[in-house]
Amino acid sequence: MRVKSKKVDLAEGDLTPMIDMVFQLIAFFMVLINFAQTEANDRVVLPKSVLVKPPDEALEFPIVLHVTQDGEVILGGEGFTTDTLRIGLNRELAVINSEGKKPGDANVIIRAHRNTAAGDVQEVIRVAQEQKLEKFALRVKEDRT
Amino acid sequence: MKVRNKQEELKHEVNMTSMIDIVFLLLVFFVMTFKIVELEGDFSVRMPLASNSTGVVDDTELPLKLRLRANDQGELVSIAMNEVQLGTDFAALQNTVIGLVGNAGPSENAEEGPEVEIDTDFNLRYEHVIEAITAVSGYKEGDQTVPLIERIKFAKPRR
Repeated sequence: MRVKSKKVDLAEGDLTPMIDMVFQLIAFFMVLINFAQTEANDRVVLPKSVLVKPPDEALEFPIVLHVTQDGEVILGGEGFTTDTLRIGLNRELAVINSEGKKPGDANVIIRAHRNTAAGDVQEVIRVAQEQKLEKFALRVKEDRT
Repeated sequence: MKVRNKQEELKHEVNMTSMIDIVFLLLVFFVMTFKIVELEGDFSVRMPLASNSTGVVDDTELPLKLRLRANDQGELVSIAMNEVQLGTDFAALQNTVIGLVGNAGPSENAEEGPEVEIDTDFNLRYEHVIEAITAVSGYKEGDQTVPLIERIKFAKPRR
């Protein structure tokens, strides 16, 4: 007697369109992911202005200072007060000097919280000036409304 | 003669399960780390320490004095440009600046052109300082930006 082999009828859906879509989504997110956000700090909400535009090219020798709402200054992930900021700035300036540049060539990017006291920002600028830094950039969010 | 059904031919299918697993993991990673990019820009302030010196200065190059006063909560209570009170209206400040420097805009040389010195109360919210800088720096006309004053500096902090 001939025994027929049982063939299990697998109801397989066609996965091709789903895989296509998933790859497209991955490509979308990969293109849009912004690693430059590492410059941002969660404790700082920038003020807005209609006039600013993203710079065409990045500033040379940037020193990014985050000023939080309570006046703490964050430089390279480390917290400073306006009294101790000089230590952090000197560290940055040592790197700039080792590259054969002067403090005047560095750009101090100040990312201050919108509710921080203006005087705290002025104090940060004063401390930086004392270290012979002279180029400052007040960073703000672009207001498109 | 018995004809075999062609559909019975052996199919070599690649197992997609592991690839789909990885692909979904990647998708979840990108979705979780995705953050809508907020565009940022800078107001440039060039302030060498020497500019705070009180040496002999040429009267014709005296900066415009912008005074911002705040209450105890850090809210803006008055704006004054060269001692002229403007209330708390940044549009009035902008009109005053247009009246003072005209629509010619700043000089091509970054070291020349009108300069404004911002003298603010210590506890004024920084947001208001940026509003003031926006008002004196220029204004939008459609998609174009009309520049007014590009040289900005701060007075000594008031404790």
